[in-house]
Amino acid sequence: MIDGFNFAYLDEATKRMIRRTILKAICIPGYQCPFGGREMPLAYGWGTGGIQVTASIIGMNDTLKVIDQGADDTTNAISIKNFFKKVCQIKTTEDTENASIIQTRHRIPEKKLSEHQILVYQVPQPEPLRRLEPKEQETRKLHAYEEYALMHVKLYEEISHYGSVIKTYAYPVRTNRRYITDPSPTPKFDNPKMDFMEALQLFGAGRERRIYAIPPYTSVKSLDFEDHPFEIQTWDERCDICGSNNSYLDEIIVNDKGEKKFICSDTNYCEKNIKT
Amino acid sequence: MYVAVKGGEKAIKSSIDLLEQKRKHISANQDIQISQLIEQLSFAVDRVLSEGSLYDKNLSALSIKQAQGDLVEAIFILRAYRTTLERFSYSVPIDTGSMTVKRRISATFKDIPGGQILGPTFDYTHRLLDFSLLKEKEVPQMQNTSVSDDKVFFPRVMDFLNNEGLMEKEIEKLNSKPFDITREPMKFPAARDQWLQILSRSDEGFLLGLSYSAIRGFGSKGTHPFVGEIRYGFVDVKIFPEELGFEICVGEIEVSECEMVDQFEGSKKKAPQFTRGYGLTFGYNERKAMSISIIDRALKSEEYGEEIRFPIQDQEFVLYHSDNVEAQGFVSHLKLPHYVDFQGELNLIRELRKKILKENKDD
Repeated sequence: MIDGFNFAYLDEATKRMIRRTILKAICIPGYQCPFGGREMPLAYGWGTGGIQVTASIIGMNDTLKVIDQGADDTTNAISIKNFFKKVCQIKTTEDTENASIIQTRHRIPEKKLSEHQILVYQVPQPEPLRRLEPKEQETRKLHAYEEYALMHVKLYEEISHYGSVIKTYAYPVRTNRRYITDPSPTPKFDNPKMDFMEALQLFGAGRERRIYAIPPYTSVKSLDFEDHPFEIQTWDERCDICGSNNSYLDEIIVNDKGEKKFICSDTNYCEKNIKT
Repeated sequence: MYVAVKGGEKAIKSSIDLLEQKRKHISANQDIQISQLIEQLSFAVDRVLSEGSLYDKNLSALSIKQAQGDLVEAIFILRAYRTTLERFSYSVPIDTGSMTVKRRISATFKDIPGGQILGPTFDYTHRLLDFSLLKEKEVPQMQNTSVSDDKVFFPRVMDFLNNEGLMEKEIEKLNSKPFDITREPMKFPAARDQWLQILSRSDEGFLLGLSYSAIRGFGSKGTHPFVGEIRYGFVDVKIFPEELGFEICVGEIEVSECEMVDQFEGSKKKAPQFTRGYGLTFGYNERKAMSISIIDRALKSEEYGEEIRFPIQDQEFVLYHSDNVEAQGFVSHLKLPHYVDFQGELNLIRELRKKILKENKDD
């Protein structure tokens, strides 16, 4: 720990306030709870919501994993992990199975999570209706009245214009058959993993000062129409490193001619595949 | 292999080393002293402590030094430190009426009781680059600066209009506890205590641009407001500990205050009155205090039943986008890897193109 700062940076009163918000969020799955978010020593938009959630729930015995784009060794994941090492001196891991808290940006690990784990999402824009209605005062009303026609019309328009819904990430879901929820900018590939997930899912939006949650074993359905069912991304290629054909792949350009290879976005999953 | 900045650990360390080296390289001859910053770059120090919303000149100067002169970065550092500080008390409202005035002007009356006091201002300097400053020199002692340190009471210019009933009434006292933007999430519709706090620590450039837009034509009335009074100086900060039962002064801060007189309101039945806009900032920063007072008036549009037509009148537009710690964070986050999302977009655009190109061929 560093001199002059509390365990996990935030003072205990602030952590308690955030934990209360989390409890409320768990009680109303998918509802965006306002909270008195604090400035963090990392920039807004770089995971401050997730960091505040993690800082409030983390204890001495926790093992933390941080991923960005599915990978443990991307710069911002490292930076956040180093931050917690500095202010908590807790154990960290890259092994998805061994982590008690996983903070993530843009991916859900390929490995199925269990009851003893908490998945903390970093959320840039918690409001799924924001692109359709810029005013917070309006969107709060729309949620309260369960007035979601705007969203359905939007999806319908996309289908009639392009032949399919063109949202590839942050694809809206319906949580517990009530609130339309933003899954954070994870690819729609990850949406099915949220449905009845055994782990607790917490979402922190620092700049917008909102926390929401999906309790374990909660129904999470991606919005679709009967004649246009929801589909996830697929690839013709396999992972160039481990050969997986069922994980989310990143495309990398390997030479000046622009030749491409595909590799697993989830680095830990990829490593484990090689070992077995 | 590049693969989106992998091997992050080592890269981060080197980057931080390089940054530190850069600072040392700049000041290879002499380490700049905190006291020098406070004395010679006082406007920068005031801006950072105002937008960092922590009144401490030493820490403000320190953050400027640490940020190598990047003021928005310095504001961020100071803000992140401030958030860890315990709040032990709320002060009683400061009384700018009993300010130890360093500067005080009014544009509405030629002469005012107490007089117009220019004080230190760039207003009447000619902006000629002063090459003599290239050479360090001894600063001669000032002679006979007119402002004495005696406490002189300067009545508020606005009170004269007030007494005649020409001004809309200012809120006398808040009925409830004031909103605390450092502890509560933004709430809409926002009340004036909330927006004045937010504006007070908002980005100066953003506020200046907004207020300019209003007086240039993108504002509610399209006329231009009048500076009732601008004052800058020292005020006492007092707290009222319940257990003592009386006020104690815990310090003195510098503030800039602006009261703006705007067009009158009224109807057939209601006698017209001037409306007011108010701005207050930490430190000496009257450009910002003026901007705030223009925006304050515009944000009252809804209360006055004026049509909301321009950005400056829109609470959510103004209040959500004026904080530079939030704004710089979110804009700079675009530098983070987004390749998972971009992969999704790539897949989609290829699919859509394939479909359309095939259809075109079939036709």
